[in-house]
Amino acid sequence: MKSAAKHPQNRRAYVNASLVAPAQALKGPGGILIEDGWILDVGPRVTRDSVGSGAAVTDCAGLTLIPGLIDMRVFTGEPGNEYRETLASASEAAAAGGVTTMIVMPNTQPVIDDAALVDFILRRARDTASVRVAPMAAITKGLAGELMTEIGLLGEAGAVAVTDGTRAVANANVFRRALTYARDCGMLVVQHVEEPTLSSGVMNGGETASRLGLSGNPAMSEVIMLERDLRLVEMTGARYHAAQISSRHSVDVIRAAKARGLPVTCGVSAHHLVLNEHDIGAYRTFFKLSPPLRTEEDRRALADAVAEGVIDVIVSGHDPQSADTKRLPFAEAAYGAVGLETMLSAALSLHHNQSGPLARLVESMSSKPAEILGLETGRLAPGAPADFALVDLNLSWTVEEDRLRSRAKNSPFEHRTLEGRAVETVVAGERVYAYAGR
Amino acid sequence: MTSETRSPLLKGQHLLAIDGISSLEALRLLDLAESYVGVSRQADKRQPVLQGRTQVNLFFEASTRTQSSFEIAGKRLGADVMNMAVANSAVSKGETLLDTAMTINAMQPDFLVVRHASSGAVELLAQKVSCAVINAGDGQHEHPTQALLDALTIRRHTQGFEGLVVAICGDVMHSRVARSNIHLLGKLGVHVRVVAPSTLLPSGIANFGVEVHRRMETGLKGADVVMMLRLQLERMTGAFVPSIREYYRFYGLNAEKLAYAKRGALVMHPGPMNRGIEIDSDVADGAQSVIREQVEMGVAVRMAVLDALSRNLPAGGSP
Repeated sequence: MKSAAKHPQNRRAYVNASLVAPAQALKGPGGILIEDGWILDVGPRVTRDSVGSGAAVTDCAGLTLIPGLIDMRVFTGEPGNEYRETLASASEAAAAGGVTTMIVMPNTQPVIDDAALVDFILRRARDTASVRVAPMAAITKGLAGELMTEIGLLGEAGAVAVTDGTRAVANANVFRRALTYARDCGMLVVQHVEEPTLSSGVMNGGETASRLGLSGNPAMSEVIMLERDLRLVEMTGARYHAAQISSRHSVDVIRAAKARGLPVTCGVSAHHLVLNEHDIGAYRTFFKLSPPLRTEEDRRALADAVAEGVIDVIVSGHDPQSADTKRLPFAEAAYGAVGLETMLSAALSLHHNQSGPLARLVESMSSKPAEILGLETGRLAPGAPADFALVDLNLSWTVEEDRLRSRAKNSPFEHRTLEGRAVETVVAGERVYAYAGR
Repeated sequence: MTSETRSPLLKGQHLLAIDGISSLEALRLLDLAESYVGVSRQADKRQPVLQGRTQVNLFFEASTRTQSSFEIAGKRLGADVMNMAVANSAVSKGETLLDTAMTINAMQPDFLVVRHASSGAVELLAQKVSCAVINAGDGQHEHPTQALLDALTIRRHTQGFEGLVVAICGDVMHSRVARSNIHLLGKLGVHVRVVAPSTLLPSGIANFGVEVHRRMETGLKGADVVMMLRLQLERMTGAFVPSIREYYRFYGLNAEKLAYAKRGALVMHPGPMNRGIEIDSDVADGAQSVIREQVEMGVAVRMAVLDALSRNLPAGGSP
């Protein structure tokens, strides 16, 4: 974690903003007063008059002030594939997207399956990244799905959860033991929900795949893995998080599991909330994702489930790829899209088209992931770290390759105009990003 | 050829998919191809409409018949034809498809005839080159010239397409030939059926505007044309169907099953055939078979496609 009080600063206030911090029941005009990287006060009582002359004051007229976003699913290329993305370049992208904490995945070279590597990530992040970074470590050694990692030691080293990232732990017995052991360690287990033997395809299974002549993954490959996992969760009592769901059927399964009182949460990527399989068009590989983009019916159900709270968190699924892995025939191209800079804007489209309340969207990217992971960030409260973002909800901007801060440029929103974005991002009281205009 | 017959015939720069051309364009291509059938039967087969043009056949997937068909078509029209043996070239040394494409593009060809094992690969390549690209088969997506030659073969034996019943039988799931034929015959007013075990039918096939059958008896009933598809060996030993003999028993075309179709129905196969598996030799070589005619029509259709696309090339060559 970024050291919060490294550089003592003068007292600063951001006033005349519209506050949205649902976990603190903040919604409406107000301000925030910070000092030395921490929040001193927040709410309607923080005004230009109330802070007096002891603080530098920023007027935020027309802007919305939200907790800094926590992105629970970020892939970088560090260590091993730094040409795609480093922790530093990813953090620049994060800052531009209002993200103040990146949860990075263990799918690197080497795999983050050892306490020393967790420590490496934390130290590299401290030295090079402009936002907070917390790693998830592997569930199984080398992500091979066979032998469990030192879950206790990984947790002590600073891993916030265990996951095999883009791979499902397919062996039911291995997963059962990992869940049991993780429960004892109080560790959250995050699963990529996809039954591998049903997932040899490269896009959503169905008519569109058949027309393109591409092999498809049926939505049921996700549902089957999810239902199996939930039975194992029931057996073991471990805390379980489905990293990303993509099908409307999975929404029903999660809803039922929560009704049964299982300790279960799940996420969805912002891409899956605004795109569907038809966006692939003429084999556009930037839309090749895992899990795949599915039908419009699925997309709508996912958006509704976010609004309803059945889906707990929105993630970017940020997965930088370069030309050599993407400028290939569709079946041969790598999965993944960058998303740190566009997650908030994409999610805000649900606010703009009235399919998701703003407060719920903000919660799903801040206080909710903080709650699931046990982080102290993600909230606007006195005593909390001063991580927040100023957002212009109505600012139109166009995603262009040369303006993306991510080292990789594989954005499915390339050339699209999005509405709303972070215009200033603050981490531990320090401004790490300011929007430079169109 | 007179100047009137050199008028534009296709709207696009490339021929990538049947899905991208209109029925009118397809019919014009068939008419032009018909004229090349006669040319090919003459002693002097040369028609110098592509004089000075360069055609490169870029086959990332081996194919003797399609490649020779395109080669003969180009040569009869006077083009300089080169076959790139991609399997032995830089591609196997790790060069990407697009690097290969751009290298060849820099040599200023006028036509690139491309076959690739990945669906969409030819389209990807077409985006990066300035010449005319012809899809000679991409993965499980499309094989447009095969569909055109099949349509031409059918038309030579029937009174137009409207109301004809064509049964496409076998491995529809993995077949680009089936997809292109479904699109083209559908556009031309043919009633298309597909006949296969469900494990060889692509998901959502019923929305392709076809009638779906799982039994040859019902699928072939009253059909004017029986179009068999090739089933690859590795798919019939337990992966998609249990065994060769079981497949032959239920889906192999023999005289007995052919009798379900209309009397005198045409028997077609895109080749290469697995004799004794999807089709019996006595049917393949029988009176109703037009399989060899399909090969002949292949050259004529490819001449027509090259001719049609050449009319859209800039007069000064490609930039």
